[in-house]
This record gives sequence, structure tokens and C-alpha cells, in this order.
Amino acid sequence: MQWETVIGLEIHAQLATKSKIFSGAATLYGAEPNTQACAIDLGLPGVLPVLNQEAVKMAVKFGLAIGATVSPRSVFARKNYFYPDLPKGYQISQFDLPVVSTGETTIVVDGEVKVIGITRAHLEEDAGKSLHEDFEGHTGIDLNRAGTPLLEIVSEPDMRSAKEAVAYMKKVHALVRYLEICDGNMQEGSFRCDANVSIRPKGQEKFGTRAEIKNLNSFRFVEKAINYEVLRQIEILENGGTIVQETRLYDANKDETRSMRSKEEANDYRYFPDPDLLPLEIAADFIESIRTQLPELPDQKKLRFKAQYGLTDYDAEVLTATRELASYFEQVALLSGSDPKLCANWVMGDLAAALNKASLEIEESPVDPQRLAGLIQRIADDTISGKIAKQVFEGLWASLESADAIIYREGLRQITDTGAIEAIIDAIIAENPAQVEGYRSGKDKLFGFFVGQAMKATEGKANPAQLNELLKKKLS
Amino acid sequence: MHDKTIRELSDGLKSKAFSSLELTESFLKRIERLDPSINAFITVTPERALKAAKAADVALEKGAAGPLTGIPIAQKDIFCTEGVRSSCGSKMLDQFISPYNATVVDRLNAAGTVMLGKLNMDEFAMGSSNETSFYGPVKNPWNLETVPGGSSGGSAAAVAARLVPGATGTDTGGSIRQPAAFCGITGIKPTYGLVSRWGMIAFASSLDQAGPMAKTAEDCALLLEAMAGFDPKDSTSLERPKETYSQGLDESIEGLRIGLPQEFFGEGLDPDIHQAIQAAIGEIEKLGATVKAISLPHMHLSGPAYYVVAPAECSSNLARLDGVRYGYRAENPKDLKDLYMRSRGEGFGAEVKRRILIGTYALSAGYYDAYYIKAQKIRRLISDDFKKAFEEVDVIMGPTSPSVAFQFGEKSQDPIAMYLSDIYTIAVNLAGLPGMSVPVGFSKGLPIGMQIIGNYFSEQRLLHVAHRYQGVTDWHQQSPTL
Repeated sequence: MQWETVIGLEIHAQLATKSKIFSGAATLYGAEPNTQACAIDLGLPGVLPVLNQEAVKMAVKFGLAIGATVSPRSVFARKNYFYPDLPKGYQISQFDLPVVSTGETTIVVDGEVKVIGITRAHLEEDAGKSLHEDFEGHTGIDLNRAGTPLLEIVSEPDMRSAKEAVAYMKKVHALVRYLEICDGNMQEGSFRCDANVSIRPKGQEKFGTRAEIKNLNSFRFVEKAINYEVLRQIEILENGGTIVQETRLYDANKDETRSMRSKEEANDYRYFPDPDLLPLEIAADFIESIRTQLPELPDQKKLRFKAQYGLTDYDAEVLTATRELASYFEQVALLSGSDPKLCANWVMGDLAAALNKASLEIEESPVDPQRLAGLIQRIADDTISGKIAKQVFEGLWASLESADAIIYREGLRQITDTGAIEAIIDAIIAENPAQVEGYRSGKDKLFGFFVGQAMKATEGKANPAQLNELLKKKLS
Repeated sequence: MHDKTIRELSDGLKSKAFSSLELTESFLKRIERLDPSINAFITVTPERALKAAKAADVALEKGAAGPLTGIPIAQKDIFCTEGVRSSCGSKMLDQFISPYNATVVDRLNAAGTVMLGKLNMDEFAMGSSNETSFYGPVKNPWNLETVPGGSSGGSAAAVAARLVPGATGTDTGGSIRQPAAFCGITGIKPTYGLVSRWGMIAFASSLDQAGPMAKTAEDCALLLEAMAGFDPKDSTSLERPKETYSQGLDESIEGLRIGLPQEFFGEGLDPDIHQAIQAAIGEIEKLGATVKAISLPHMHLSGPAYYVVAPAECSSNLARLDGVRYGYRAENPKDLKDLYMRSRGEGFGAEVKRRILIGTYALSAGYYDAYYIKAQKIRRLISDDFKKAFEEVDVIMGPTSPSVAFQFGEKSQDPIAMYLSDIYTIAVNLAGLPGMSVPVGFSKGLPIGMQIIGNYFSEQRLLHVAHRYQGVTDWHQQSPTL
């Protein structure tokens, strides 16, 4: 049977506010345990939450960026459950009236553009952390993270493969970083997701029973976990079994998902409106003032790159994937004043490969836009050939020198002096009378021999076009 | 000296008839002598009090004193007080020393009051008789065999026994007004949102409101002036200009329209109380007020709605008391579930557990719409009843409680009978309105309270009417023989 995969993602993006969503405590990552938790975060008796306006602004930004409805009135609700790292015994979240609803975004997979619906995005507070490793026989509780603002972004079940799910997650990742509402740091858990995965016979409208895979914190894990889960479900159904609705965990070491709890064991969260917080009312002019502050978003930037730089769809897509990459490319193009396509090729080619090999992000690149632009200028003005440029790039990567300094020191400047090239050619002709004779009698293939000899003599620095032209003239 | 009102004590301090230190020492002595038989205090804080009194005397000396500078008061133990046990009447918080002050505490401190200690109360403010306190019941100073009312029973008894001239209370369903009535003192529950809830240990967040309890309406006005006002730390606190409740209290109430809801005078009301209320209203009519019969048709639904909303909110509010970070923790828990179950099982009393269970049930999947949502709809209907009534009248008057103080044990085995003692006060909380209780007579030697309810933010009017009434009567001056 042909199976179709159906995936929906719930992405948790930690909002980049300075203080927590309902208290004044700092949100910085990595502080000593329990040093960034105030009376409110600890859930002491008598404390009350006060909403952080920055968090609301960020949620509105996101809503506007995905063309969603920003609700003029939304409600905070309590999600009640007991857990040691949940200090109040409930999480303040939004339930039936979220701040953002009905938006969408597009992804490109295998050259196809696809629209993914975003059901809702709501504000909530994060819980603390339970530390099971460091305390023998005990569990430590770190409440630094408790009360950190999260935007939970819930998609429609619109994705049909792990690849699409990853593309969507990357798209939302790019969006929140463009908007500067989340640092996107997946290792620190600032951006993570739960994946709802089900399968159904191709052509069937009704959804299959889904499993929810919790807490995936890398693009690679999302892809691997979904692929594993799909195969698991296919195997069950093809062997006549049924899928149980449950929450599962992905084990990256074993590359498998395993059951955490079934629907029957699920908590009854007893949601009800939080009486400590009034309904959140957002005025139309507040929304409009935020709209005017929105930065250029990936889709807009992509269109502009195509128009302004004459880039292909593919190049524009790749270069706008992150705000940092786009900015890097634009600086190179501006500083070099050279052909944007040449700049794009270098950013997406040699530079990207070197960064990838060194596991560095573009903003960590040892070669800054200024120095790469210097290299590209020398290619454009024929000072060096493309082949020599690769050698210079290695120099740029390994040092803080400029391209010009490397070219000068290493004597890599291309030979464009006609007289000098002619003298070399004359010498080769004089030394190889047999080959000259052969070529002149019609053995065209021998032309390559002369090019090779000339390049050898100039250590590859002869301008190739010029060399060809002069050789042809002298040999004729 | 102990029979003097806050106003009189304030004048005495200013005229140097006595110092705050002398006043404080005198009340502390009285507490030491009488409280063992009344049990109004959970914690007495003499050292702090004497220090604060000395500071007040310095301020008085400098002429930098307000009307409350140097006045001894006591805080209901529901308010967090920095460095002092804040137990909320529960074993759960018996060892809890708060690291911060409630806004009410900060404001009364800033006004120069001298805190003598923390007052007994029903556990987590859940009760109408003070019998649910972990620290034992408070005795009604008028008759030590009867309850002082609840949950602010310690506050009411302390003021009635002249252990302190004024105290704070909180009122979720009548917890200021009913004990004020039972103990023959004056108390006001302000409009929801007037007094900050920051640092006030939550029972039912959408109903809880703090207010003052004292001998007279004027003293309540002085205390409320210090307590009320916007607090950015409480999102439900209202941002509005501050009022001076103690000003203009002597002005005429000529033309005041009083509404008497028929639902307040029906079956179940003690005839002595009925009579006393009628007499009191007669006095107020003599001051120029007019009376009109009105109806609050959804009044009978207030109990059922309250006993869904309040337990629902408390079931969530009390979830933080889990034995993990502070408060009572069971010994040697064998696992997490055992830690939770035994800490909460051993730390909470029966009434608190009953309400947590009711509330958890009411919020459960499949019952939420039938209970919680329906109760919220009833709340709206009740608010609308009052809104309509206040189109025709300025204040509503009636009994505070259907009976006077009852005997210990009389109702504690029958939760429904206990819940009915708040039947006239609950609707006011559901609507978020201000309400007060003033003493209007006695039945079998026990005080009777009359309730005065006003429209939103009409505290000034309520206090004004009560003050004028107290100008022509002396029920509020009566004190029990101890």
C-alpha cells in the first residue's frame, strides 16, 4: 500500500526579552542555578504575575509576519499539573483565545513552493529544569528558566514528509531571527519543537491516529525522528496493528522513538482563565505601530535580491535563508562593487564549504565581508585567475591578511604583459621544434601542450585568455 | 485607653498625652493578659513593635506624623510580612517566614502604624467560624463558647477584645463582614481591585479583597486611606485617583436612597436580627434617608456559584504548596508521588482538602462547562441585578449574617449549614462590589451586624452613612467584659 505521511509541528520559540514574561528576573542563559529566579518565579505564597509588554510586542510581530490575525482580546489560562520544576503547580499559557491565529508561510522543497498553515501562536511561560545527573539519589531543581517567555507556534497538519517539516521549521527559525524575537539557539533550547506524526493510505481523507514526538531540538533530529516514526507506524499498520495515540520521545543515540505516555495516562490540565491576569487587549494602533517597525522578511528579501542583483531563484533563496547570510552577501556585493553573481558564487561556494567544514556559522566566519570583497575585486580586474583565487582564499582563511597582501607576498599577480608572455612563447617554440612542426601540419591537439608549457613556465600566472591569443598568433 | 478609637489615639499621640511606645506597651500587655483565652494572635511581635513605636515617636516629635503614625495594629496572617512567620492559619506554612512584605503591609508600615503581630484565621481563609485554623479556634470575646466568625475571626476578636485598635482582614465571601458582625465591630470589604493583593496569600483570586476592621467607620476610613491605591505588582489593581475616605464624614446624608432587597429578609433570618436591622434603618431614615423595597432576583444562586468559583480557583492557587520548595514536607518520602500526597495530605486540614477536591472536580474535563462556565454566567446575572438596583438606590442594606455567633461545633460537622452563614455576603464578592458591616444591636448578648452594600468605588459613601449612623447610636462603643 502507498502511505501518505501527515505532520504538524508545535514550535516553542523562546522570546528574546530581557526579563521574564511575568516577573522582572533576567532571562540570560547559563547562570548559576536558581540565581535568576525571583519570588514570582519561585511561586512563593502571595505573589502575582504582571505581563511583560515586550513579549506581547514580539508575539504581535510574529503574527504580522505570517499574515495572521492578532486578536484584539486574548486570555491567559492556567494549565494545571504537578511537577517539581513547575513552581506554581500550573503553567500560565493561552488556551482557547490565543494572541495570534490563522496565519501561513511558504516553504520550498525540491523546487516546489508550498504553503503551510499556522493555526495559532500563543504566549506562555517556560518551566524550570530538573537536574537528574549531578545529585546522587536526588533530583536538583533549577528555576532560572521558569517564567521565560515562549511563543508556541502551532502549524496545521500540512506537511507530508520529514523534509517538508524540516523546511518549515527552518523557515520559522529564519523568521523569528529576522524579527529578532528569538535567538534561535537550538542547543540552549531556545528553539525546539514537538512533531505530530501520522500516516494514512494515499488518497484517504481521514487522518490516521497520531503520535506526538516531544522536544526535538535540532533540524537533524526532526528529520530522523519523523522518518523513524513513519517507518514504525507503517510497519505496525502493515502487520495489521493499530496506532496508539501517545506521546513519544526521540532517542538520538539509538535513533528511535519510544513511548512516554498514552492518551489514557495524559493529564487533565483543568484549563481555566487565570484570575490574576486580566484579558490581554491589544489596541489597533499598537498593532499598526509594530507593523511599521517590521524588518524586511525573508520572502521580501528574496524578491529584492532577484530584482536588485539579478540572482537566480535558487541563489536568492539560499542567500536569504538567514538574516546574517543575507547581510554578509550584501556587504560583499557592496564593498567589491563587482558582479553580484560572482559574489554569490563565492559566498555560497568556497566560503560556505569552508564554514561547513569548520562547523562555523556565517557570523563566525574568519573571513569578513571586507576581505572576501578584496579577493573578488582582484578576480574581477584580472589581477588573479579564478584558480589562483582559491589559493588566495586559503590564505585569507588562515590569516588576517588582505587578498592584496597575499597576492603581493606570494607573487601571485597574473602576467598580463604581452611582451613578457611573447618572450616565454618564443622560448618554448625555440625549444620544441618538433611539436611546432606537428601543430603546423594539422595536429591541433598539440595546442594544449604549448599552453601547459607556458603555464608551467609562469607558475600558472599567465592570463589564460591572453596566452591563448598570443600562442595562436605565434604558431600560425 | 484601649476603648479609644484610632482617631482619638491619634489625637492623643499628637497632643503628647502619651507616646506610641507607651501605647504599644499597653496593648502588648493586654494581649499577654487576655489573648490566651481568646487566641486571636498566631504570632505576637513585641520586639518589632517596640522598635516601630520608637521610630513613630521620633516622627511625632519631628512633626512628620500622619493620622496613623504610632497607632498599633495587627495583620491577618494571610499577609506576607518580611522576616515574620506568615502561616495563613495552616500547618502547611507553619514554618514559612516570608522574604517580602505584602503591599498592604508596606503601605501600613509607611503610614507609621506599629504592627503588634499576626492574627489567627481559618486555614487559608476557608471557613466562617475560625474553627479550621491549625492554631486552634479564636473565641468570641462576647461569649467564649461561641465562634468569632471567619475567616478574619482573629482580626474581629482582637478589635472587639480591645487587644488592638485596628486590624486588617480579607474577604472572599464575607470574611471581613461576617466576623465583624459576630464580634460587634465595623469592617469594610472594598471594591475588587481597590486594595492590592500582592503578598496576600490567595484563596480565590477573583474574589479576594483586603479591607480594614476597627471599632468605627471613621477608623476604617483612616486605615483604608493607607491601604488603598493602585499597585503595579497586581494586574487586577485599578489605576484611579486616590480618595480621602476620612474627609466629609460628618456631612448630611439627606436624600440618601436605601434599597431593601426582599431576598435579604426572607426565611432563615433570625427575627431578632430582622428587628435590629429595621430599627437601624429607622435611625438612618431619621437622618434624611428614604427607603425603597427592591429585588435581587438571582440572589439565591450566589451560594451555588460561589462554591464552584472559589473552590476552583483555590484548587489551583494551593497547588504551589507541594512540599518541594517551602512549607510543610512529609518525612522520608519514598518517591515524588509520595512526597506530594503525604505533604499535602498531612499539611492541609479537612476543609481545605474538601474545597480543593470540589474545585478540582469542577474544573475537570467534561464538567468545566456545566460548573465553572455556568457559575461565571451566574456571576454576570448577579452583577446585573445589582447594576439594576443601583439605578434606583444609592446603597443596599440588610443583615450581614442570618444568625448571631453560633456555638463551637454547632456547624463544623455540617459544611452546608456553615456555608449558609455567608448567604448575604457572597453575592457582593461575586459582583466585586464594596460592602461593610456595622454593629446595630444585640441578641442574647451577642452582637448583630448590618450590611451596607454600595456601587463600585462607593467606599466613601458607605463609610459616610455608617459614620452618621454611629454618630446617633452607641452599639459600636459597647465592649465585652473580659
